[in-house]
Amino acid sequence: MSNILNLRHSVLPGFRLSFGITLFWLALIVLLPFAALVYSTVGMGWDGFAAAVGSPRVMASIRLSFATAGLSALINLVFGFLVAWVLVRYPFPGKRLVDALVDLPFALPTAVAGIALTTLYAPNGWIGQFLSPLGIKVAFTPLGIIVALTFIGLPFVVRTVQPVLEDLEKELEEAATCLGASRWDIFRRVIFPATLPSLITGGTMAFARATGEYGSVIFIAGNIPMVSEIAPLIIVSKLDQFDQQGATAVALVMLGISFVFLLVINLIQWWAARRHGAR
Amino acid sequence: MSIEIRNIRKQFGQFTALDNVSLDVASGELLALLGPSGCGKTTLLRIIAGLEKPDAGQVLFGGADATHTHVAERQVGFVFQHYALFRHMTVFDNVAFGLSVKPRRERPSQEEIRERVMKLLKMVQLDWLADAYPGQLSGGQRQRIALARSLAVEPKVLLLDEPFGALDAKVRKDLRRWLRDLHNDMHITSVFVTHDQEEALEVSDRVVVMDHGHIEQVGRPDDIYEHPATPFVTQFLGDVNLFHGRVDAGQLTIGSYEQALGQHQDADGDAAVAYVRPHDLDLTLQADGALAQGRVEHIHAVGPVVRVELRQADGQTIEAAVSKERFRGLGIVPGDTVYVTPRKLAVFLKDAPGQQDYVI
Repeated sequence: MSNILNLRHSVLPGFRLSFGITLFWLALIVLLPFAALVYSTVGMGWDGFAAAVGSPRVMASIRLSFATAGLSALINLVFGFLVAWVLVRYPFPGKRLVDALVDLPFALPTAVAGIALTTLYAPNGWIGQFLSPLGIKVAFTPLGIIVALTFIGLPFVVRTVQPVLEDLEKELEEAATCLGASRWDIFRRVIFPATLPSLITGGTMAFARATGEYGSVIFIAGNIPMVSEIAPLIIVSKLDQFDQQGATAVALVMLGISFVFLLVINLIQWWAARRHGAR
Repeated sequence: MSIEIRNIRKQFGQFTALDNVSLDVASGELLALLGPSGCGKTTLLRIIAGLEKPDAGQVLFGGADATHTHVAERQVGFVFQHYALFRHMTVFDNVAFGLSVKPRRERPSQEEIRERVMKLLKMVQLDWLADAYPGQLSGGQRQRIALARSLAVEPKVLLLDEPFGALDAKVRKDLRRWLRDLHNDMHITSVFVTHDQEEALEVSDRVVVMDHGHIEQVGRPDDIYEHPATPFVTQFLGDVNLFHGRVDAGQLTIGSYEQALGQHQDADGDAAVAYVRPHDLDLTLQADGALAQGRVEHIHAVGPVVRVELRQADGQTIEAAVSKERFRGLGIVPGDTVYVTPRKLAVFLKDAPGQQDYVI
């Protein structure tokens, strides 16, 4: 063991100690809960697992969770990029305030966000009262879930794209202009590809956050089974009925799907990084 | 294509970057803008490119006013100090960029683009790196790719902003010579900015020396070096020793040293500064006719010339560069007192406007 760790002699002292603490910490905080999840699910056997997860209500909730998370992440990619762009590129009065506002969804307790959004979008709410005559129902529908998840995910995209846009050298755009490129060409072929890795990262984080979001969603979703009931709520209601194994089974499925998503996105990023010749 | 710059002014807040600058660049010429940082040389280059708008004045390309022509339509190639290559594109795509963003009607076919890009890459001797990404190249290779990229659109004018500034000494020297050869082959009107006098003097057809937003002197490299027009140019172009004295009707007096000058005939006992380059100072052991005397402080004998540092009685140092043979003949060691005589002086009167001692 010590041979492996000593293969490359480092100038920095304390490698073994800090590496040991790192491993211990990761195991305690990350791996142990996962192991408990798997252990608990394995105990219920294959049939019990299939019964718990395979019911139409559970399947619908998982589908809903990932679909709304995906859609809200896409919306955040577009508007988050725009917000980051405006914050980086244009000077305007109150810029620091706007910049601080972006972090609000991070800071706000999610339940508060949920109640606020429900008040706004309920059929008799500030915005809802204008939408309901048009036949658009936001609160207590999947649309409401998307609104809440979009709210939650915005800072992830803005805060990952912003520093990359700030670091983008002005010379790149000047060079492209000198070569005769139009503003659209410059955006499409110079700026966008340079920010793409950060967009992927930000989008992934927004998506991951959205799949597990609970507090802000349950108020606005209305939690109608088969329509607007999200998977985390299923887990909570199974726990409420003392069906702990059923809850962990659903959790394991969500974990598995999330893991596959993250793996695919990491592969894309690895491919993008190679294209940049970075490593 | 020739470039005319007429009465250009540019102000950044309170700072005057360019103060009424006029300059002609002949067609096919390789011109160097030389000066210390903050002298306005890069601003002037960016105004020629159209990346910066002048507050007043005109830029003419081939006699036609281009002051308000957009960068994209000026047909200039611009090479940046830090290359500004597109990192997410291969070397090939970088060079092809200018051709591939042309409007569909003017855009060459895929094969034609391929052919032209490969020809350019061959010219910069990097065709074997076509599929590499900029991150995989060395600094010198990146700058050559940047040059190829700017040449791909067949610009009428090539502008280079400290093109070798970020490279190490050896690569700098090679690229300098290479740029000179390239210019000889292509004869495209080129302007490059540098703060390195050696680079400017070696590469360019003509040098423009700038300071504080105005032009100090324009001329051929040898001309500028041999006949600097101002104390600033004299000091900026290389090491120099200063001697304070007076000029009376063309007669220079520094202490007991006297010399007739071919200039300053109407001077009437004016204070003057004489500038002498180290290699224009001779060392002797005789006091007669010497300009100054000093104690040998330090002898630096590496290379073909021996640099001798003298300290005068008033604490000022003098640096002289003599040949190895001459040094051996003198047989001096640190602590000896020696005398210096000038072979060539540049004398400037002190009260002339804008002429003070420059410290670099």
